[in-house]
Amino acid sequence: MNSKLLFYILKRVFLAILTVWVVITVTFFVMHAVPGGPFMSEKAISASAQAALEAKYGLDKPLLEQYFTYLKDIITKFDFGPSLKQRGRMVIDIIGDGMKTSAKLGIIAAALAGISGIVLGSVAALRRNKLIDKVIMVITTAFVSMPSFIMGSLLLVLFAITWAILPANGATSGGLILPIVTLSLYPMAYITRLTRSSMLDVLGQDYIRTAKAKGVSGPKIIFGHALKNSLIPVITYFGPMLAYIVTGSLVVERIFAVPGIGRAFVSSITNRDYPMVMGTTIVLAVLIVVMNLISDILYKVVDPRINLE
Amino acid sequence: MDKKFTMHVDLDSFIPATGEEKEYMVQMRPSSTFFRDGMKRLLKNKVATVSLIIILIITISSLIIPAFWPYSYENMLGVKPGKPVDASYNNLAPFEYGKTEQAQIEAGKKVFPHIFGTDSSGRDYFIRVVYGTRISLVVGFFASIIVLIIGMTIGSIAGYFGGKVDLIIMRIVDIIYSLPDMLMVILLASVLKLTLGPVLEGTALEKIGSNIISLFIVFGVLYWVSMSRLIRGQILSLREQEYVLASQASGAKGGWIIRKHLLPNCISVVIISTALQIPNAIFTESYLSFLGLGVNAPMPSLGSLASDALNGLSSYPYRMVIPALVISLIVLSLNLFGDGLRDAFDPKLRN
Repeated sequence: MNSKLLFYILKRVFLAILTVWVVITVTFFVMHAVPGGPFMSEKAISASAQAALEAKYGLDKPLLEQYFTYLKDIITKFDFGPSLKQRGRMVIDIIGDGMKTSAKLGIIAAALAGISGIVLGSVAALRRNKLIDKVIMVITTAFVSMPSFIMGSLLLVLFAITWAILPANGATSGGLILPIVTLSLYPMAYITRLTRSSMLDVLGQDYIRTAKAKGVSGPKIIFGHALKNSLIPVITYFGPMLAYIVTGSLVVERIFAVPGIGRAFVSSITNRDYPMVMGTTIVLAVLIVVMNLISDILYKVVDPRINLE
Repeated sequence: MDKKFTMHVDLDSFIPATGEEKEYMVQMRPSSTFFRDGMKRLLKNKVATVSLIIILIITISSLIIPAFWPYSYENMLGVKPGKPVDASYNNLAPFEYGKTEQAQIEAGKKVFPHIFGTDSSGRDYFIRVVYGTRISLVVGFFASIIVLIIGMTIGSIAGYFGGKVDLIIMRIVDIIYSLPDMLMVILLASVLKLTLGPVLEGTALEKIGSNIISLFIVFGVLYWVSMSRLIRGQILSLREQEYVLASQASGAKGGWIIRKHLLPNCISVVIISTALQIPNAIFTESYLSFLGLGVNAPMPSLGSLASDALNGLSSYPYRMVIPALVISLIVLSLNLFGDGLRDAFDPKLRN
């Protein structure tokens, strides 16, 4: 590993830490700018009870002190405080519970998108301008323009209501099939297009012609020479793909009633569970920032031709 | 002297050309401007032309139809002042009529049909879809204009002045760029919705609704970064051109050079990326509306219509399918048109 690469990695890690800090700070101050405070929607309560509640949650202290306590608790013990609406539960526990389902959903969707996207993209590139290439490109163009909530609703109407072959409720067994497919279609379409264009680029290179001239067989050229190099741009998409899956899962979990982190987040926004909103935002943001960091660094490590600007 | 020798000069070749001959030599093709060239290329692109026609049809009909349609988007047909609520108007299927309308038809009067039926509160669904389309288009358009103005200002300042100014601005851009945008949008939208409501009360902006204003603010705060990056890059290369040096030599100030020389030269890049920003904004608006953070009720947007349809999905799937199709159609044709625009006006950008 050369010093230039090391410097690049350090710079990116520093930027990532800075980003996470900005997210925490913005989240904290934005949430505390809301008028009325977290107990506004409660039934009319006496002033003393209000004061007792605020003292219990530390809301009576100066804002800056609250901020530093919050920051310290997150860094030292991953503590986002107690949930305001689900009494007696810590935010981090609720997030942990939701994460189990959501992680399963997200990882399977990402794997499905990655594998099918690469396969379809390669097929389209190898059969360029044939019927199958055109069909793949038309379908992927349509999928790329469809917001996730529309995709989810349409799949729900078709598969769970009109044909009734798959369960609509994400909490039942087999209920995750539709949410997974919904989440994976957009990244799959994107990866297909990415793979196709970079595969076409690679197939036009001199070393592929050399391999052909030496009499290397077709499949060996693709798997031995072309595929590896044409996957490099795909690596950069893994960060954005995770961000898509995280934000997509907010609506997809709502549509299919999946008991995951996305649904918990949306409902905590509607019933103003501030610590929950802040905690979830921060956890998901860290996840996205870290994935972006990894995919960017991996991109530079894998391809030494890329200059480190 | 009829016979010519080999070395003899042929005087006939030196007779002045007639007018007819001169006309023959004139170039037939009139000179063309950059814009006309681009339009020609754009219209040759069938996909882009069809997309443009679809966008125009959708836009014009969303502007015109509400003017003559007999129903309005907020009018609950079953609710008449001084009378009990007539529930027969709720959840009508397409081309069905409510009780009093039925009676009118039997009496021989003509009643305008509910093409898409009515929703669960007895509001004509067709006009809600039309109105929702209008809201989505307006939000998308103005959000992109806001992004354009902020991004262009900051990007051109960073690009022209360079040095420390550039460094500071670009570090801020880097941080905003690496923020997870959707999460921040949701956070800001959910908070602004609560904070802006009381502030706007009584002002002219109240009619637009706190949610749409907060949507614009969110766009202004978060989405200018990629536009400003793009413009900065353009300006960086343009400011090294000789005409800028000439302008500086004759005493022009920074702002003048940016406005008169640099921005007009990156106008095609700006138009293209604004065009591609519009579907993005429509997408974000419908996403937020779907989560309940979009336009204020009873105003519909395509996202909130889809979100409302989720509750009665098993009985009225068409209420989900219609706004879904309209959004997809708008986003798809805007994207394809933007691609066509890029191919026509900036061949350098093509990958």
